Amino acid sequence: MEITFDNNIPIYIQLVEYMKIYLISGVFKCGEKLPSVRDFATDFKVNPNTMQKALAELESLKLIYTERTNGKYVTKEKKLIEKLKDEYAITLAKSYFQGMKRIGLGKADSIKYLERVNE
Amino acid sequence: MSNMKLLEIKSLNKSFDNKKVLKDINLNISSGKIIGLLGKNGAGKTTLIKLINDLLTPTSGEILINGKKIGVETKKVVSYLPERTYLNKQMKVFEVIKLFKDFYEDFDDKKAKKLLKELDLDIEQHLTKMSKGMQEKVQLALVMSRKADLYILDEPLSGVDPATRDYILDTILSNFNEKASIIISTHLISDIERILDEVIFIDKGKVVLQSSADKLRNKEKASIDEIFRRMFKW
Repeated sequence: MEITFDNNIPIYIQLVEYMKIYLISGVFKCGEKLPSVRDFATDFKVNPNTMQKALAELESLKLIYTERTNGKYVTKEKKLIEKLKDEYAITLAKSYFQGMKRIGLGKADSIKYLERVNE
Repeated sequence: MSNMKLLEIKSLNKSFDNKKVLKDINLNISSGKIIGLLGKNGAGKTTLIKLINDLLTPTSGEILINGKKIGVETKKVVSYLPERTYLNKQMKVFEVIKLFKDFYEDFDDKKAKKLLKELDLDIEQHLTKMSKGMQEKVQLALVMSRKADLYILDEPLSGVDPATRDYILDTILSNFNEKASIIISTHLISDIERILDEVIFIDKGKVVLQSSADKLRNKEKASIDEIFRRMFKW
């Protein structure tokens, strides 16, 4: 799970983003128990305090929750993860169309290109 | 949890002859943090570290560790990696381990041997036969194998290749525990900034900034390295 960090952005924010992708893509599934802060920190090669902060942020977004003394779990609410996935997909799609617009291609052409590369 | 400060520095001044090397330093450091002491060469980093380790005497001011004045008791809880090695290089690594075990009550020789093995170092080897990078790793393994409250690493990354730097950072991280704090002095900021909780900028003998690393990045929209460069144009 080693990742390269951009030193210009707070590390915990980057960790939150990586964790969101893991949740969306199902690396960690709904209701699944998460590794300990310590284990995450070791895998990501980050300071455990920074990892703790990232997990606290995910918790405040209700994407994960803490079960007293038992550790942290992914939310059981599939809808939340689906919503997150939807938001990411929309952001990616928007940025694709914006990029195409910049080189002078409209909606219809942009969709054609999508189909072409996907063939 | 006691809210007593791990390290407290109050109005600390240090002069050599008439030259003021440290000017009115005030710092508070709590447990469970990795702190970068960042400054250019000659900013006063090593002088400050030597004062904390009782190797120099303050001209005025006070340093407290766990509320106690610097002395025999505080030395027991501080594990210090000096900038230059003080080990007798004629010794073999296992002899140095034995020396540490005799010297420090809190030294865990099993841990040291385990760390050295992980770092691929042979304890039967003479220090003289080792490269600079290998010697740095040996020293770091020894220093991190004490069960101290405060670890002070003076320039642990200088003069070693990038791969060894990664090894050293991993070793620091994996041996970091929430009860202790680690102060790392360096001018190689970009290599180390990802593991820091807090940064202290020191320039011309003064502390010019103490902040959470992520808060500072967020505020300035830049890396610690970049912020440091902007603040102190070379």
